[in-house]
Amino acid sequence: MKTWSSLALAVTLGAVLFLSGCGGNNNNAGTEATTGSNAAATTAPESSPEAAATQDTLIVGRGGDSASLDPAIVTDGESLKIAHQVFDSLLEYKPGTSEVQASLADSWEVSADGLTYTFKLHPGVKFHDGTDFDAEAVVFNFTRWSDPASEFKFEGDSFDYYDSMFGPDGSRVIKEVKAVDATTVQFILNQPQAPFLQNIAMTSFGIASPAAIKEKKENFKNEPVGTGPYVFKEWKHNDSITLDKNSGYWKEGLPKLNKVIVRSIPDNSARFNALQNGEIDLMEDLSPDDLSTLEGNTELQKIERPPFNVSYLGFNFKKKPFDNVKVRQALNYAVNKQAIIDAFFSGQATAAVNPMPPSLWGYNDAVKDYDYDLDKAKALLAEAGYPEGLPDPVTLYAMPVSRPYMPDGKKVAEAIQADWEKIGVKTVIESPEWATYLDDTKAGEKDDIYMLGWTGDNGDPDNFLYTLLDKDAIPGNNRSFYVNEELHTLLINAQKETDQTKRSDLYKQAQEIIKADAPWIPLVHTTPLLAAKANLKGYVPGPTGTEYYSGIYFE
Amino acid sequence: MNSYLLKRIIVLIPVLIGMTIIVFSIIHAIPGDPAETILGQKATEQSKQALREQLGLDKPWLQQYFNYMGDLLQGDLGTSIRTKTPIAKEIMPYLAATLELTAAAMLFATIVGVNAGILGAWRQNSWFDYTAMIIALIGVSMPIFWLGLMEQLLFALKLHWLPSIGRMDQRNPVESITHLYVIDTIIAGQWGQLWTVMKHLILPSIALGTIPMAIIARMTRSSMLEVMNSDYIRTAKAKGMPQFLVVYKHALKNALIPVLTVVGLQTGALLGGAVLTETIFAWPGVGRYIFEAISSRDYPVIQTGILIIAFIFVVINLIVDLLYAAIDPRINYK
Repeated sequence: MKTWSSLALAVTLGAVLFLSGCGGNNNNAGTEATTGSNAAATTAPESSPEAAATQDTLIVGRGGDSASLDPAIVTDGESLKIAHQVFDSLLEYKPGTSEVQASLADSWEVSADGLTYTFKLHPGVKFHDGTDFDAEAVVFNFTRWSDPASEFKFEGDSFDYYDSMFGPDGSRVIKEVKAVDATTVQFILNQPQAPFLQNIAMTSFGIASPAAIKEKKENFKNEPVGTGPYVFKEWKHNDSITLDKNSGYWKEGLPKLNKVIVRSIPDNSARFNALQNGEIDLMEDLSPDDLSTLEGNTELQKIERPPFNVSYLGFNFKKKPFDNVKVRQALNYAVNKQAIIDAFFSGQATAAVNPMPPSLWGYNDAVKDYDYDLDKAKALLAEAGYPEGLPDPVTLYAMPVSRPYMPDGKKVAEAIQADWEKIGVKTVIESPEWATYLDDTKAGEKDDIYMLGWTGDNGDPDNFLYTLLDKDAIPGNNRSFYVNEELHTLLINAQKETDQTKRSDLYKQAQEIIKADAPWIPLVHTTPLLAAKANLKGYVPGPTGTEYYSGIYFE
Repeated sequence: MNSYLLKRIIVLIPVLIGMTIIVFSIIHAIPGDPAETILGQKATEQSKQALREQLGLDKPWLQQYFNYMGDLLQGDLGTSIRTKTPIAKEIMPYLAATLELTAAAMLFATIVGVNAGILGAWRQNSWFDYTAMIIALIGVSMPIFWLGLMEQLLFALKLHWLPSIGRMDQRNPVESITHLYVIDTIIAGQWGQLWTVMKHLILPSIALGTIPMAIIARMTRSSMLEVMNSDYIRTAKAKGMPQFLVVYKHALKNALIPVLTVVGLQTGALLGGAVLTETIFAWPGVGRYIFEAISSRDYPVIQTGILIIAFIFVVINLIVDLLYAAIDPRINYK
């Protein structure tokens, strides 16, 4: 009898659920219809009409979750994105650019020898926990990052960006950070560093509340406390991060919304569905394939992030014949970049000539790209001793994951494979899983040519040229194992030079050397796409991905 | 009965140990440097080396295994490399999300599947029978990914009936106590919220439940057909018992045993295999938790996650076995 009754119950329950489902949905359709088209566009099906009228919550949909909320210990963009809303740095990038402007520091002075930077701090700023922001807080943070024995460096933490921007322990750029008085802080350097201000403005060097770090210890990475426009409220891992308005924010009139929720929605199509269904207001990483749907929907808008990246094919100098410059140049001549852009980027990219994007200062316009010219390619191969093309198939590593600078690496690799076939170069495409991919290319034993890319961290050419192509970056980001002493000297000199015009000249020379040596085939600079509701205003996407949600509002 | 239960629980121990050995060996056979994956392309060589040492990744794997087992026996499920949070604490919300989704999916699969199977058998070779079995056939071979996106397209984008992603309306969040939102909202007496949470459950549970639903329908049908032709059913019919009672009371009870096995096995399979559904519907469940751990080489999370799922799977099987006895008094465990 038991089975009978429980089954009957289950059946009835199911029927009730189903019927009530239809009823509730009808109601929803009704409210949407009566509140007008604007409300229908901005309301999630389950929201009340009131929420639609005064939308004060922003819901952002992105592909991944943060790894940690303490910006000092992470290097991934998803983590820094949240940190940027919770923390302020001494300086910041002007919205939409990589130009430096004042933030927590109102003004600064540099000594003639370039060794002393004196910052005047904005008075009266408070951390979210109510404690005062002052020079001591700045000293505390910088000491925490630089002192390897700091008691506030918790188990497993490493301050990677501090080490890479200001030198690892043993060769630190910053010698000392001093609190002169409550609102004056002085940085004394061991040697001049040209991109110093650029570096200080990075989100990783956001100033955290010393009191909160002392109190929360390890848990600070889950409950960050800064001075930023939004106050951290809740983190549901792999689901959402909720931020509340900092009503006492020191920048007047900001933030404009009461609440920001950042959701992780891994699938690109599902994320776009959620935007169309009104469940999120702003989405990142729209796939170029969805562009036409987006443009056909008047309730949505397209947002373009300024291009600040490069994707490229790198030659592995450890493998013959790619140590031969003629072979590298020949393959450069045999890639039809424009065809790739038309086919796979929906036009949202430009052909790359140099290893850094044209929007960055120091970019060399005079450098001429290797045109798509199969005859020249064949001639060069013949000069290199391969008149019939290369004898062995080339192993081309194509990225298994989608990145802002390369949405579909495998398809692009196939197009290049077809081009190279025409000059007698056979290609085998391999796409091992991402972790293995990074390992293999770093070891340089398996791949002949690899595909990779880079998004700039700050607005300095050093962050492209030195980081990716200098001999110091082996092993690491220089996966070509490309060594050119002349280039190395240029890049090191450029780091020490403080006059930007002279630095710019040095970087221009560097780009010429790189073009001639052809360690890479620079492919494209992409314009990453975002999509939002049409009535979302005041959002300025940053080139580095560092951006503020504080200026966003709904019309 | 009690001694049987005890015996079954003791047998669990070597099963679980075997499980840890297999999982541990497989994970460590995967190429790829966890330090690089965790810290990212932009990390310095120094900090990667430090991380390897700190995690004991530079030690031989046998030693790593014994360290892991030692911790496990002390009740320490390990710490996630990526988030640096204890797994025991971290996994609860994920587990709850998956349990809720699996329960809803199995409820859907069982109610629809069993009833379709019964009606199919009752009206064998009728149009209903044919339609149901054709749908079941399509259901078994339906790619979850495609089904999920189609559901979103139809019920969310075109009809605006249901939300397409997530577990709740983020603009009006649910306070979580047990992390099972259906229960949380009932405890709090928030009926509006309960309704919202249930609406969020509908699309993903249909996507996840379609395959088991089809399997259950086919199993129930064939099992019912067998029972319906037996003597005692003929007797019941001859006594003039109403058809409905014959089918739902007398026949179903005996036909249910093989169905129960399928339900148990499918529930276990869904627990671990929900990755696709969880990805499409942005459902923060344990499938995605383990998946993300795999792509970031978060060894402790992969190990513990799989172990917990294996444990639940085994427990479900145990429950199914016990239910046999409850349904059929002839089955007696000694």
